[in-house]
Amino acid sequence: MRRLALAAVALAAGVAFAQERAIAPGELKSGSAFRGSGLRALQNDDFANPGMLWVERGEKLWREPAGKKSLACASCHKDANMRGVAASYPKIEKAGGKLVNLEGRINLCRAGRMGAEPLRYESDELLALTAYVARQSLGAPIATRIDGAARAHFEVGRASYHLRRGQMNLSCAHCHDAQWGKRLLSETISQGHPNAYPAYRMEWQTMGSLERRLRACLSGIRAEMLPYGSQEYLDLELYLAWRAQGLPIETPGVRR
Amino acid sequence: MAARIQIPREAKRGEVIEVRILIQHPMETGYRHDDVGHLIKRNVINVLSCRYNGVEVFRADLSSGISANPYVQFHTVAEASGDLEFSWIDDEGERGSERQSIVVKG
Repeated sequence: MRRLALAAVALAAGVAFAQERAIAPGELKSGSAFRGSGLRALQNDDFANPGMLWVERGEKLWREPAGKKSLACASCHKDANMRGVAASYPKIEKAGGKLVNLEGRINLCRAGRMGAEPLRYESDELLALTAYVARQSLGAPIATRIDGAARAHFEVGRASYHLRRGQMNLSCAHCHDAQWGKRLLSETISQGHPNAYPAYRMEWQTMGSLERRLRACLSGIRAEMLPYGSQEYLDLELYLAWRAQGLPIETPGVRR
Repeated sequence: MAARIQIPREAKRGEVIEVRILIQHPMETGYRHDDVGHLIKRNVINVLSCRYNGVEVFRADLSSGISANPYVQFHTVAEASGDLEFSWIDDEGERGSERQSIVVKG
């Protein structure tokens, strides 16, 4: 009986911990809030935002037939209304029960339904399609689910977020939970939210995925970078999305 | 090379209009090295010009100090209905062009 009670307490504590957020929903700030007004203006300018070049290309690719079955994305998604879709990723895909991000979902469609080659991660084509789909969720609040099969991935992602790594021995939380808003050399540390990706980064002079951004952080703390599309990134992306729950999608964001 | 142009669809004769163009181009500076240490050859758009009904109204000599995917904005006077035609060329000799029409009233 006592053992059962203990188990119940542990379970309750676990649930409480899961609900505990380092940054309260009311305090959530998108990365753009930490950048200068010039970059914000560029991001909000539908024409001058350089990321829109990828969105436009994505729209063309959406209608372009590919693969053995000569199908385009638009062949199935006829009204092409993807509003709010990007806000629910990463999520468990129904058929295989695996956790996928938007890039992964697009490639599943290509390989499975279209009989086409999956697009290479970080290729302009995949960035373009991802940005095009995500752009249609502009302003939609991030609403990922962490119940059911996603739960285990969420826990791994959370652990990964809090894991000290690299020569600097830092976890994501050390900067983005504990020090956001403070200065790191010439930068203001952001809260580390994924809501503007794929985003155009001045440092890259091009568009990049959230995973590329994660790799940039890992390189910054001199930690090992994992290959694109690895499971650890996906789990971390799920945790990041949960952490940013409610923040509106800004794709394509413009960052330094 | 993809590009986007933005001009008003319609304008009054004599009105000052804003013209904007965004071109997708890496604008490789010639100062960067690739993964194995070789210098990457400079490749930037070196000339960008705009003709309005065949008459050149804007020309820019760009160089390696301009960021990737250059964005240029200028003003011109709406004189007659017709086309604004942009053309550009990069160091590798690749040419690009894009046009957009405007209706001028009055």
